[in-house]
Amino acid sequence: MISLRFNVARAGFAMDIALELPGKGVTALFGHSGSGKTTILRAIAGLERHAGGYLVVNGAVWQDDARGIWVPTHRRALGYVFQEASLFSHLSVRGNLDFVLKRTGRRDAALFDHVLALLGIAHLLNRRTPDLSGGERQRVAIARALLTRPAILLMDEPLAALDGKRKDEVLPYLERIHAELDIPMVYVSHAIEEVARLADHVVLLESGRVLASGPAATTLARLDLSMGLADDAGVLVEGRVTGFDAAYDLLQLAAAGGTIHVAHAALAIGTKLQLRILARDVSLALTRPQDSSVLNQLQATVAATWPANTAAHVIVKLDAGGTSLLARITRRSYDQLELETGKPVWAQVKAAALLSIG
Amino acid sequence: MLDAEDWGAIWLTLKLATIVTILLLLIGTPLAWWLARTRSRLKSAIGAVVALPLVLPPSVLGFYLLVTMGPHGPIGHLTEFLGIGLLPFTFPGLVVGSVVYSMPFVIQPLQNAFEAIGERPLEVAATLRASPLDTFFHVVLPLARPGFITGATLGFAHTIGEFGVVLMIGGSVPKLTRVVSVQIYSHVEALEYAQAHWLAGGMLVTSFIALLLLYTFNAGKVTR
Repeated sequence: MISLRFNVARAGFAMDIALELPGKGVTALFGHSGSGKTTILRAIAGLERHAGGYLVVNGAVWQDDARGIWVPTHRRALGYVFQEASLFSHLSVRGNLDFVLKRTGRRDAALFDHVLALLGIAHLLNRRTPDLSGGERQRVAIARALLTRPAILLMDEPLAALDGKRKDEVLPYLERIHAELDIPMVYVSHAIEEVARLADHVVLLESGRVLASGPAATTLARLDLSMGLADDAGVLVEGRVTGFDAAYDLLQLAAAGGTIHVAHAALAIGTKLQLRILARDVSLALTRPQDSSVLNQLQATVAATWPANTAAHVIVKLDAGGTSLLARITRRSYDQLELETGKPVWAQVKAAALLSIG
Repeated sequence: MLDAEDWGAIWLTLKLATIVTILLLLIGTPLAWWLARTRSRLKSAIGAVVALPLVLPPSVLGFYLLVTMGPHGPIGHLTEFLGIGLLPFTFPGLVVGSVVYSMPFVIQPLQNAFEAIGERPLEVAATLRASPLDTFFHVVLPLARPGFITGATLGFAHTIGEFGVVLMIGGSVPKLTRVVSVQIYSHVEALEYAQAHWLAGGMLVTSFIALLLLYTFNAGKVTR
């Protein structure tokens, strides 16, 4: 269990946060830049000190200003993975790993080999750090953090500095750590795909406030909370594979609201999937469009309407037979279609991203 | 060719430059670290004081050093109180003067190197259980190595090349304060141009080689 309370007030940023996070599994701190997620992580690590803070990690009091307790970063049993490559450039890969072993005072060959194998870096040991690819560097940095035998692993957008291909190179290792090691992780990200793949527990943050904190599935599905994330407002939809159209390379899924097709290779019938549908990829019509190129058309009713992040748009929450959807449409269309809560509409879903398989 | 007095001056110069460089690295490292890290309002003032020798005529610097180290100056009072005697026209006095005079040539490269390292490696080291002191010796110093090489080379070369301050506070006492630059001056005054040539040429070549090595090393660092 991680209990924390931080209160920050500085020019242009205010944060007042009290959280109880589970002491195991992956907790994602999710929000836009400026939401305070990195500030929280740095405060947990002791890299930033905010007066009046309180922090207990699995029974160890790391900060309690009311009692004058402050444990400096180097005495906290934590591992920290920074956003960009943070390897010491004056040391080789082995030197970077040895740096930790010399300081923790224990040379545990089994742990060392296990960590190397877990991150697939055994063949990199004698390389100079500037010669590594971005993905390799980040894997070494993660291994180095794990060698500290942390009671908690803190990750500050460890994939943000990598391009798509390199991200895919590192993500499976993170999933393996999650599956194989019993170390609680706090993972900061603004990428919902990573959060959906990794997190057990999600904290939604906006402008230094906690919008929601709870199990990943329920938190990510609570649409009204993601309203703050206007640019990529969207929903997660659960579906099950029901078929594959080999002629057109389309995977057919059944969701609570109807059938959805996505461009994807064939998968076993019955496979459970998560889809992410962005509000900006959903358009609305009053009757079923017969001459549209959009494949996925779901019957729905308007459940609610919110202002969007521009004055010209609104965000419409829809109920499609039990599946919640968001549509981002112009205010003018909203008025022309005379939309109101309870009105039946057809939602056209232009794109859906397949998130997780399993 | 060079006579015994010339060799004495060369030896004295090298001894002076070595001692001064070592002292400057010892004093300069914490001072440059403080200048690189502090948010104190004193930073500008201290930085300006350190840089003064870059712009002041050596005679001005030498004059004030002479006055403060003299029998009526604060440093003079202190050294006499401590039983060391007065520093002007002695080798230790020359060392003190040279340390002040060459200070910016060591401090500034160190400060730049420390600033270039930035906050991140220090934070990384802390998350890897390294205490601040441990971090300084095993992360900061190795990362700042180019700054140390530049600072040491410039400090050494600049001390060898000083003349005005030496003349003001050291005079020209053979084997005690008569360094190469002063020896050249006395040769020229005595119209011994051949000996002046040997010494001056030697200085020119030595300085050039020192700087050439330094620039080659630093260029290699960048392209690596």
